[in-house]
Amino acid sequence: MAESDFAPWNDPEAKPLIQFKGVTKRFGDFTAIDDLTQDIYEREFFALLGPSGCGKTTLMRMLAGFEEPTEGQILLNGVDIGHVPPNKRAVNMMFQSYALFPHLSVYDNIAFGLRREKKPKDEVHARVKEMLRLTRLERFAQRKPHQISGGQRQRVALARSLAKAPKLLLLDEPLGALDKKLREETQFELMDIQEKTGTTFIIVTHDQEEAMTVASRVAVMDEGRIVQVATPDVIYEAPNSVYVADFIGDVNLIRGTARLRPAQAATEAAAPPPEQASPETTPAAPVAKEAAAKTDGPQPNPLGRALHDRILSPIFGTWLEEEPRRLPPPSAAETAKTPAAETPATPAHPQDIPPGGLEIDWSDGQPALLAANGDPALDGEKVVLALRPEKLGIAKTRPDAPNTLKGKVIDIAYLGNISTYHVEIEGGVMVKAQAANTRRISRRDITWEDEVWLSFTATAGVILKDE
Amino acid sequence: MRRAVLIAVPYLWLLALFLVPFIIVLKISLSDIALARPPYTPQLDLNEGWAGIRAFFAGLDFENFTFLSTDDLYWKAYLSSVRIAGIATLCTLLVGYPIAYGMARAPLEWRPTLLMLVILPFWTSFLIRVYSWIGILSSEGVLNQFLMGIGLIGEPLTILNTNTAVYIGIVYTYLPFMILPIYSALEKMDESLLEAAEDLGSSRFSAFWLVTIPLSRNGIVAGCFLVFIPSIGEFVIPSLLGGSDTLMIGKVLWEEFFSNRDWPVASAVAVVLLLILIIPIVLFQRSEENAREAGR
Repeated sequence: MAESDFAPWNDPEAKPLIQFKGVTKRFGDFTAIDDLTQDIYEREFFALLGPSGCGKTTLMRMLAGFEEPTEGQILLNGVDIGHVPPNKRAVNMMFQSYALFPHLSVYDNIAFGLRREKKPKDEVHARVKEMLRLTRLERFAQRKPHQISGGQRQRVALARSLAKAPKLLLLDEPLGALDKKLREETQFELMDIQEKTGTTFIIVTHDQEEAMTVASRVAVMDEGRIVQVATPDVIYEAPNSVYVADFIGDVNLIRGTARLRPAQAATEAAAPPPEQASPETTPAAPVAKEAAAKTDGPQPNPLGRALHDRILSPIFGTWLEEEPRRLPPPSAAETAKTPAAETPATPAHPQDIPPGGLEIDWSDGQPALLAANGDPALDGEKVVLALRPEKLGIAKTRPDAPNTLKGKVIDIAYLGNISTYHVEIEGGVMVKAQAANTRRISRRDITWEDEVWLSFTATAGVILKDE
Repeated sequence: MRRAVLIAVPYLWLLALFLVPFIIVLKISLSDIALARPPYTPQLDLNEGWAGIRAFFAGLDFENFTFLSTDDLYWKAYLSSVRIAGIATLCTLLVGYPIAYGMARAPLEWRPTLLMLVILPFWTSFLIRVYSWIGILSSEGVLNQFLMGIGLIGEPLTILNTNTAVYIGIVYTYLPFMILPIYSALEKMDESLLEAAEDLGSSRFSAFWLVTIPLSRNGIVAGCFLVFIPSIGEFVIPSLLGGSDTLMIGKVLWEEFFSNRDWPVASAVAVVLLLILIIPIVLFQRSEENAREAGR
């Protein structure tokens, strides 16, 4: 993917296009933006994500020039633009309501900005034609905004804001007015156009799916501050706080007390022998054989991989997924020490429990939950284990997994491709588990009130300090 | 059925209160002056049956209209009325637009109060309000005393009994009719349009010309017609505030009717006035229709 190559934020040489330096914005007593410092690089698709009132719109309006920062600087290519009026900035904005001029045709709307620059007529015409082609609006050039559909209006707004070839394009909830299907299509169009034009995009949205889909980096905001900035996968897989974990996607939060895990030897003794355990719980013998075949190398072969994905994972949950995951664990210090050093040395079985990490006592009389990726510094602290529902396996028999939880199915949400099971585990905690509906619904073996086992690997969750 | 009844109501209203009086006026305008009560002939005598009706129609002619075209007083009065009404409408627009703009940009909680203040003068009699302008504009009036008091002028200005006083009177009286439609057009306008215009490189001033004015065009047109149409036939304002050289058709009509007691000529003046007014009314309706189509 191109995304993995494009990471100017990791490059100390890269010069940021936009720099916020200690920016604060107050409206009377209310602090909308609180001492914010952030760099945004050229060609980035940067998403500002947060609940309403978190300051994301204020941040965008300061970039556009409609608000001035109370304190701090906003630099564009190293020049402070904090107090430059909007009509003097190389920044354009696509408004949430599109703000198309109702008295002008599509063509004149797109030409509006170019005409203000007093450009020669044929130059304006050529640029408008180009924009119409880019947004596939040629046929509607002479229509008025009220004569075209919502999706077309959205494209006119985009064409108009791109016509002046701004260095930075701001998109304020650009897809909010579109229905779901059109929105998904348009997201890809946006990405496509962003790539074609090479413009830096900053998008404000409260829709986390949208942010994850389009953005190269996502900034999660809360109460005027940026809580975390990272690529969508890191935001999702390695949130740095309970707030981010809870805001992005669905998550199970299990609260407890962290305890440093015993030494490596003890861990291996305590844990069931990884692969030999499989045949006992696997219903079909060939499956077990294939599973055993996987022990040959650190990477599963394609057949084993397919088998895991198609047959095993629906039953036992996905235990292969931490192998291909290429993500920085939450703590850099921890990465340097244990797993990075251990994994290459002993070719780990997919199901192997990496040593180190934490154990979490979450309920009296229940076995502690293992979290090999937990930060040892959290020893003795109140912590939250954040678990994504799709990382939990659900089965009627006890699977062989580092972490198992017994519970009762309270509710099942059938979403077509997947089902979400609401399971009440001991202690009354509700946990959501997701499973792909690989079989027809009539053949689903788990139903309401069933006793089930939830399982997850030792690195499936993220350990966060309880706030 | 219900639809038919609903539509019939306004039509009956128009028939009873507009068409019937108009036909009566038209009939009088085709009659001849007579020293009688009522002061014109012929009278329709239904007792004589068919012969009476035939005699009545034989007595009608266009003599009065021919007379209007021969005496230059009348067409001069029409022309002068149109000019005065036109200038006054322009002044009302210049005064009313900023007020409407201010109201539309005022904080939301203030707007009902401001609207109330615009409508409030209607609660006092129109006649009394115009009368009170005499006290303000006369040479010993409030305005002159104030201006002389602060030393701006040495001797009183002659405002009362000039066309200026008529303009002031019309602007004052018809201002709400200008403000309200413009206000309602401006209030509907999405403020992000102005931000978009600025974002695309126009200054605040050019954003106003390129966006605000075109979008309030319908309000401006409606307001202008609402002021222009009644001020052409205005009678009270020119007779109270205007001078001997203020020539307006409303005043001429009044004199024909009450001083000369020439009902047929007065009626002919009224019919011609109505025909003149039909032009702007039709224009107004067409622009309303366009606005409705564009608004969809």
